[in-house]
Amino acid sequence: MGRYFRRKLLIYGLTFFIAVSINFAVPRLMPGDPVARMLTRNSVSNLESSEAMRGYFNDIFGLDVPLWKQYLNYWVALFQGDLGVSVFAFPAPVSSVVADALPYTLALLLPSILLSWIVGNAMGAMAARNKFLDNGALPIGYVLTAVPYMWLAILLAWVGGIILGWFPVAGGYSFALTPAFTWTFIVDLVHHWVLPFLSLFLVALGGWAIGMRNLVIYELESDYANYLQALGAPNRLVRRYAFRNAVLPQVTGLALQLGVVVGGALVTEVVFAYPGLGSLLLNAVSNQDFFLLQGILLFIVIGVLVFNFLADIVYVLIDPRTRLGLEGGQS
Amino acid sequence: MTLEVEDLQVHYRTMKGDVRALDGVSFSLADGEIVGLAGESGCGKTTLGKSLIRLDGRMQHVGGKAVLDGAELPIGDDRAMNTHRWKEVSIIPQYSMSALNPTRKIGKMIAELLRSRGKSYREIKGELVHRLELVGLSEKVLDNYPIELSGGMKQRVVMVLSTLLDPSLLIADEVTSALDVTNQKAVAETLVRFRDMGFVKSMIVVTHDLSLVYQIADTIMIMYAGRIVEKAPAETIIKAPKHPYTKALIGALPEVGLEHGDERLQSIPGKPPQLLNPPTGCRFRDRCPLASDECAEEPPVVAVDAGHEVSCWKAED
Repeated sequence: MGRYFRRKLLIYGLTFFIAVSINFAVPRLMPGDPVARMLTRNSVSNLESSEAMRGYFNDIFGLDVPLWKQYLNYWVALFQGDLGVSVFAFPAPVSSVVADALPYTLALLLPSILLSWIVGNAMGAMAARNKFLDNGALPIGYVLTAVPYMWLAILLAWVGGIILGWFPVAGGYSFALTPAFTWTFIVDLVHHWVLPFLSLFLVALGGWAIGMRNLVIYELESDYANYLQALGAPNRLVRRYAFRNAVLPQVTGLALQLGVVVGGALVTEVVFAYPGLGSLLLNAVSNQDFFLLQGILLFIVIGVLVFNFLADIVYVLIDPRTRLGLEGGQS
Repeated sequence: MTLEVEDLQVHYRTMKGDVRALDGVSFSLADGEIVGLAGESGCGKTTLGKSLIRLDGRMQHVGGKAVLDGAELPIGDDRAMNTHRWKEVSIIPQYSMSALNPTRKIGKMIAELLRSRGKSYREIKGELVHRLELVGLSEKVLDNYPIELSGGMKQRVVMVLSTLLDPSLLIADEVTSALDVTNQKAVAETLVRFRDMGFVKSMIVVTHDLSLVYQIADTIMIMYAGRIVEKAPAETIIKAPKHPYTKALIGALPEVGLEHGDERLQSIPGKPPQLLNPPTGCRFRDRCPLASDECAEEPPVVAVDAGHEVSCWKAED
């Protein structure tokens, strides 16, 4: 077991190293020059002051040293928690820009992924043993998964925001308010959160339910289920076993979903103008903000790795078959 | 008399119509008797075994009854059958290798199963361990997951588990089919031992391996196309079969110690009939070397000797 986790950690470490290196390279391979862009933004016409400003910006962004040194500096800074300075939100440091947006994304995605997983699995398991429910729930599930989620988001914004007028259609909170830890602000926050949450929740729900239904049906027809029933085991026991075994692949699916939690809802955030990482990513790209882009991608990479590692651990805990494979069980 | 089956009819529901997998099967089983049930694939052996314990979703009980220890088994009623299962009728399934829940420790699974049937695991555990040791397994297997055991070990666990509550009737469905020859012998001997020690009263051993069932069965029944065509003591079936189908089956067996030389084993030409629309009269007619006009009529069951019954017009010849 220990050997397994050491090997896993090594693989994850290696992945992290490569991902961070690519993360460093990608923005630098993009066409365009962020410093030139900042200069145009400041519309400096005097050649001399323009040169001075170029030197200043190059120095701040660390672009005045050779590429290999930039790369080393990048690693050193990374371990000091310094992700550089944002171009688009200059002079705010990338870490604070990301830290401002991260809670919105997490608050949107974690509940929608977890709740849709729990509710979807419960619905799927129920559908698997009840024909009536199956005939009703399954088509709804198919429709929900087949719907493109930005389309559903627009539909929800239109129905819930424009027609019914129950929810605001854009923003993370009302522009009239300043972020503060007060009831008014929290209620406002939740109010803005409902529609984007619903759009993500509903689309994911159908997929989980259909997957779970098929898995449970497969388990209920397996040999061990038949044997238990031949020995007169009550349906309760057989279903419990079937559910437990069917949920295993779903756990992997959940971990993969959680892995992309950090950057997963770009389109939804754009539709609802929600101030999360997705919107930020879009801004970073359109402003050629190397450092912000790097920072966000770094968070996404870390998210994927951490959740995958968690999934590995959880899987070993809940499925003895993987555990034995690692220990080289007798056969 | 342990088991009395009378004119049992079980059909498979299909889109094209009913497949008559069991079409009027009658036989009886005495206390302590081991009956071998043999025949080609698709003749209804497994269906007969399953009918006595649990019909699967496509199977339909159409007629006839089975009486076990004086009480009729509610064959068609899945729920009512539950009280009889395991305690009175039990089965060692074809798929012993995959019969245990892969994600539960064997001991825990048995405990949960016992509890769900209103039995105390703690009270039975002593007997369970004793029986596991009897088949050469240590108590430790209870702490193992099924994948930690070999195929043969899993099979033995299932044998012990199936007979744990001392059922009157045990159906052993192709239990030796997936095993190598040494294990086959051991499993067959274990079945006899279980009977001798009173773990099970009587047994139906479903198999296509006549030579194996000959070694353990008291009586052998030969099935063909959903019916029993011959029933006789094991010795008689092998040495003096009456039905042409039984003769053909035995003719297809290799014999140890016999020089075959250029002589080839006989196979039975043709295929068993479709049971969707079974032919009238004797169902073996099309493949039978002795067939004549009278075979267009249903052959009667003839008792040619004590305990030897044949359904064939030519049985007396």
